[in-house]
Amino acid sequence: MNSHASIWANGRRNVALLALWGAAAAFVVYVFVTGGYLIAVLHFAAIYVIFVTGLNIFMGYTGQVSFGHNAFAAISGYTSAVLTTRYSIEPMAAASLGLAGALTCALLVGYPTLRLRGHYLAMATLAIGLIAYEVAVQWGSVTQGYMGISGIPPLGIGRWTVTSDRALLVLLVAIAALGVLASAGIRRSRLGRALVAIAGSEDAARALGIDVARYKLIAFLISAFYAGLAGSLFVHAVGFVSPEVYGLHMVVLAFTMLYVGGIGTVTGAALGALIVSLLPETFRTFSDYQDLAYGAVLIVILIYAPGGLAALPTLWSSRRKEGA
Amino acid sequence: MSGGLHLENVTRRYGGLVAVDNISLDISGSGITAIIGPNGAGKTTLFNVIAGATAPSSGRVFFAGDEITGLSPDRIARRGLIRTFQLVQLFDHLTVLENVKVGRHLHTRGGLLTALLPSRAARSEAEVDASARALLARTGLPTQAEALAAALPYGQKRLLEITRALAAEPRMLLLDEPAAGLNREETTQLAALLRQIAASGTAVLLIEHDMSLVMNVADRIAVLDFGRVIAQGTPDEVRGNRDVIAAYLGTAEAAHG
Repeated sequence: MNSHASIWANGRRNVALLALWGAAAAFVVYVFVTGGYLIAVLHFAAIYVIFVTGLNIFMGYTGQVSFGHNAFAAISGYTSAVLTTRYSIEPMAAASLGLAGALTCALLVGYPTLRLRGHYLAMATLAIGLIAYEVAVQWGSVTQGYMGISGIPPLGIGRWTVTSDRALLVLLVAIAALGVLASAGIRRSRLGRALVAIAGSEDAARALGIDVARYKLIAFLISAFYAGLAGSLFVHAVGFVSPEVYGLHMVVLAFTMLYVGGIGTVTGAALGALIVSLLPETFRTFSDYQDLAYGAVLIVILIYAPGGLAALPTLWSSRRKEGA
Repeated sequence: MSGGLHLENVTRRYGGLVAVDNISLDISGSGITAIIGPNGAGKTTLFNVIAGATAPSSGRVFFAGDEITGLSPDRIARRGLIRTFQLVQLFDHLTVLENVKVGRHLHTRGGLLTALLPSRAARSEAEVDASARALLARTGLPTQAEALAAALPYGQKRLLEITRALAAEPRMLLLDEPAAGLNREETTQLAALLRQIAASGTAVLLIEHDMSLVMNVADRIAVLDFGRVIAQGTPDEVRGNRDVIAAYLGTAEAAHG
C-alpha cells in the first residue's frame, strides 16, 4: 500500500520534471529558430547553468557554503583572456590553462580550510572572491584594470571557430547539458552519496567510514572546475572581460538562481539559472534596481518556498495525494 | 582477545573531572557485551574513546590486535568498528534506501570516473541497490524503502540507523543506548535483532540504560561507576554483585569501601 502510493507520487513527480525539462528544451529550440537578442540571453543563461550546477554540487549536495566561486571563474576567464590576446595562444589551450589555474587555486584554498568546522570555509571563500576582484582591478599591467580586456577570440580548434550566434548557442547548450548530466551522474553514484551524507550529518558520515575532509575537498574542486569552465566560456563568448563580470554581483546572481530553482537538486540548479537569466529581460525597465530585485526574490523564496521551483512538483503530488 | 577490543589503562579527563579513570578491559570479538552503569559513570565517554570521537588523555585501545588509539572516526570505521548514536543521526533528507546505500561506502569502490561513466555506474549501482534492499528486508523495513528517513516514526529511525550500520559489515557493532525512546514491543524486537546479529558472527558492544534489555541479551556485562570498572561477568554474576547493587542504589561508600 505504502510503497504503491509513493511510486505513484514518484511517477507524477517524474512527469512534472520531464515537463519542465521539455519546456526548457522547447524554449531553446524556439530561440535557436527565431534568433534575435534572446540568443545572447541564452548564451549567458547556458554559462550560468554551468556555474550554478557546479556550485550546487558543493552547496546543495555537500551542504557547504561558498561566497567565492566567482574567483575561480575570474582566474580561468582572465587567464584565457590574457593568453589569447597577448600571447596569441589558441583559445582551447588558454582555457585549459585557465581551468588548471582555477583548480590549483581551489586546492590551495580548500585543502587547509576544509579541515576546519564551522564558518571558516565560508569566510575564506568570501576573502578569495574579494581578493580576485581587487587583483583584477589593481593589476593593471596584465588585466588593464577597470578598462578590461577586449578583442578576445571566439572558441575554436585551428581554423574552425565558433563565430555565429547560433553555433555558439549550440556549443554552450551542449556543454551545459553535459555539465548537468555529469552532475546527475555524480548525485546517483557512490561519490554523490558520500557528499549528500556529509550534508545530512558529518558525524554519521564519519561513522560509516567516509573521510569527510577529503570528500568536501573533492566537491570543492569539482565545483571550482565548473566555475572555471563558466569563466573561460564567458570571455570567449562575449569577447570582453572586466572585473565587474566576476564581481559580487555574480555571487548574488548565482545564489538567487540556486535558491529560486531549488538547492540540492539537479533540475533546480539548472532551471533556476535559466529562469533567472530571463528575468531581467522581462523587467528591463527596472534594470537600475536589478540587485534589489534579486535580493527581494531571494528573501521571498527562502520564506515561502525554501525548496525552490524544483520542489513544486513534489508539493503538488503530495497535495494531490492528500486530496485523494 | 585477538579478535576483540582491548583497553589498556584508558583515562579521559575533562579539566579536573576524570570521566574515565584508568580502565583496562577486554571486550570479546564475538557475542554481545554490554557496558552499564549509573548516569555519569563514564559510559558515553568510554564509548566515544573507542569510536574515535574523543581521544583518551592516556592509555591505549586495540582492536583485533591493532592499536587504534586516537584514530579518527572514519579510520576506526575502516577497521570494522561501526557505531550508532545516542541521538539518532540519520541522513534525514535522503530516502530510507539511500541511507542504507551510504552504509555500503566502505565495501564499494569508485569515485568521479565511475560516476561519469554510465556503464560502470550502472554495474556498481545494481550491486549496492540489491544489498541495501536485502538488508532492509532482514531488519524489517522493506516497505518504506522510498520514504524519506525524516518521515519514519522514532522506533523505525533507530532500526534504520542499525540497518545502515550493518550495511558497513561491521566486525563489531557499537550501539550507544539503542533502546532509548523505544516502547516495550520495539525493545523486544530490538533484542531479537541483536541476538540475530551476534549469531551471524558480528560482535555487539552496547552501552545501555535499559536493564531489562541488557539482562535479556548480553553474554557479558561490564559495570562502570565513577569512571572505573566495578564489576564484570555474566548477567547472573553481575546481578548478585554487592558493589553493583550499591552503585545503583547510590550508596557510594559501599562501592569505594
